[in-house]
Amino acid sequence: MEILIILTILFYIFSSGAYGAYLFLQKNFLQRSGYFVLAAGFLWHTASLIYSIAGTGHLPIGNLHQTLSLAGWAVAGLFLIIQFKFNLKILGIFAAPLVTLVMIIVSLLPNAPAEASNLFKNFWLISHVVAIFIGEAGFALACGLGVLYLIQENAIKTKRRRFFFRRLPSLDLLDATGYACIVVGFTLLTLGLITGFVYAKSVWGRFWSWDPKEVWSGITWLFYAALLHERITVGWRGRRSAIMAIIGFGVLLFTFLGVNFLLEGHHGEFTK
Amino acid sequence: MPDIVLIGINHKTAPVEIRECIAFSGDESITALQTLRRLPNIKEALLFSTCNRVELLVVTNNKSHTISTTKNFIAEFNKIPLDQFHDALYVHEGDEAVRHVFRVAASLDSMVVGEPQILGQIKDAYRMATEIKSSGVILNRLLHRTFFVAKRIRTETGIGDHAVSISYAAVELGRKIFGELAGKAVLLVGAGEMAELAVEHLIRNKASEIYVANRTFENGVELAKRFNGQAIRFEEITNFLEFTDIIISSTGSPEFVITRDQVKTVIRKRRNRPIFFIDIAVPRDIDPGVNRLSNAYVYDIDDLQGVVDDNLEDRQQEAVKGERIVDEAVIGFRKWYASLEVVPTIIALRKKMEAIAAAEVQKTLQSHKIPADSAAAVQKMTGSLINKILHDPTVFLKKDGMAEDKSLHVDTIRKLFNLEE
Repeated sequence: MEILIILTILFYIFSSGAYGAYLFLQKNFLQRSGYFVLAAGFLWHTASLIYSIAGTGHLPIGNLHQTLSLAGWAVAGLFLIIQFKFNLKILGIFAAPLVTLVMIIVSLLPNAPAEASNLFKNFWLISHVVAIFIGEAGFALACGLGVLYLIQENAIKTKRRRFFFRRLPSLDLLDATGYACIVVGFTLLTLGLITGFVYAKSVWGRFWSWDPKEVWSGITWLFYAALLHERITVGWRGRRSAIMAIIGFGVLLFTFLGVNFLLEGHHGEFTK
Repeated sequence: MPDIVLIGINHKTAPVEIRECIAFSGDESITALQTLRRLPNIKEALLFSTCNRVELLVVTNNKSHTISTTKNFIAEFNKIPLDQFHDALYVHEGDEAVRHVFRVAASLDSMVVGEPQILGQIKDAYRMATEIKSSGVILNRLLHRTFFVAKRIRTETGIGDHAVSISYAAVELGRKIFGELAGKAVLLVGAGEMAELAVEHLIRNKASEIYVANRTFENGVELAKRFNGQAIRFEEITNFLEFTDIIISSTGSPEFVITRDQVKTVIRKRRNRPIFFIDIAVPRDIDPGVNRLSNAYVYDIDDLQGVVDDNLEDRQQEAVKGERIVDEAVIGFRKWYASLEVVPTIIALRKKMEAIAAAEVQKTLQSHKIPADSAAAVQKMTGSLINKILHDPTVFLKKDGMAEDKSLHVDTIRKLFNLEE
């Protein structure tokens, strides 16, 4: 188990290194190796999850070590897909270090086994968790793309075109990819909330119980819903959309981590 | 052994007043080449003349004599005294001449480093030389190497990357904003060479509709016809900002043609789709405040010049890599050139024959169990066979004052007997 996590981290570190070198040297093979090394790391990561599921018989979401690891796995997987589809070579310089950082934090957190509970075997709960995590990965990538967009936009506006101007793709591509990530994130977050309601109904007999995590998830959902609504109706795009994607991810991070540490609630016991 | 000599003049050594006196037009080049070829000692010649340079490349048996006769020839042909331009002439010999040709063709020596036209011009000059048969084995080889080197430098270094003209820089910027330019609508306000060139670049990049606004509507119609576009009235500009993505402005107007407030209302109507203003006019046509609106970008002529300067600097850095490739190629050419010497060729030919004979004799001796004394006779016989066969070619190659081109024969023999190592 430990060895799989260490292998995963090593591959992610190498991938980050390759992407970092690509940023400076602009050699295409660096970016390609970054991608394939990350894919290899993702396989180790997947193996560690499968190992854990096989050992305990349920999804490993019993503590912060496990949930963070799952979040990192989702980001890596979604990045591999988005990169494959949009061929946005530069996104790796955001995504690879992000998953590396997440996994390093994971390796430092204690992995005290949670009490085995039949709760975790419930179909609705598994769907709820998986959908939410992939959705969050979408928002994380959208945030990274927002940052890249702002850097490139700033380079064009201020007419300082040296380093990033050359290396970043067109504003249009950054904006379109960011939008796609938010659509993916929002769709899965919605699915995750719905399956969560169904699960809550089946366990506690009510859809909604004003648990802080629920409230903040609702806030996050409303935030992204507003962002998408404005984009579709008024055409919010470009700079404003990028800033909102970054703020949105901040709200999401609070929902994911802040709520656990600062507020109490029935989600807390899994995620401390 | 003949020598390669290059005599030339270019934008670095002479001002335009002198260059224009010496430049050869197409027809003049042909007459000049035919005359040059008939000069004593000159075996091959190539003449290359553009507005920035005149280069005369000759292969000669008598270096110093040819240099002075060629200089005089240039003076007489153009009817201008030699002392007026003598100091601006440069003379390169041997490796240096080869290096110079490589550098010129690869555009390392150009006024705008990396500009692509020069290679085509050299190809034309070479074609002319082959047509009137003023090039021979040495220049043929040299020019083919030149084209190869120039192509290699273009693909392996970034010498030709990034725009170095104002109008092309504008197109490149457009690509950084919109990604694809296909399907983008363009509005040209006013007229002017640079602006029209930018529109042409955009059309080549598949921009869709082209609108032209001119204070004099008739002029606009005329220009629109050229671009296959549509003329609009000057007062309609504001309405059309809603539908156009790239606006190129180049009018003589003393005040802004497009103001910030005008654009601000349009951005909302455009649902925030980005809009790019290229302001080539002086004084400026577009309010610089427009650049502060989100999703609106304004580049004026100074900004574009800044882009061009940056790109030129990059090309200079890439040129260093190009010089390295040239160095390699010069060494390669020197090797081939040295192989044209007569004596090494005769030795190589003899060695090859002896190797074949030795192998065959050994095979025969082994398979037929020939007694020792007969074996010695066979060996002796093959030796004299080689001598007899090689006698005539050796005499032929060593003969002095050969009328035809000796390098050609050496090269042919090397090819016929596959003597390249």
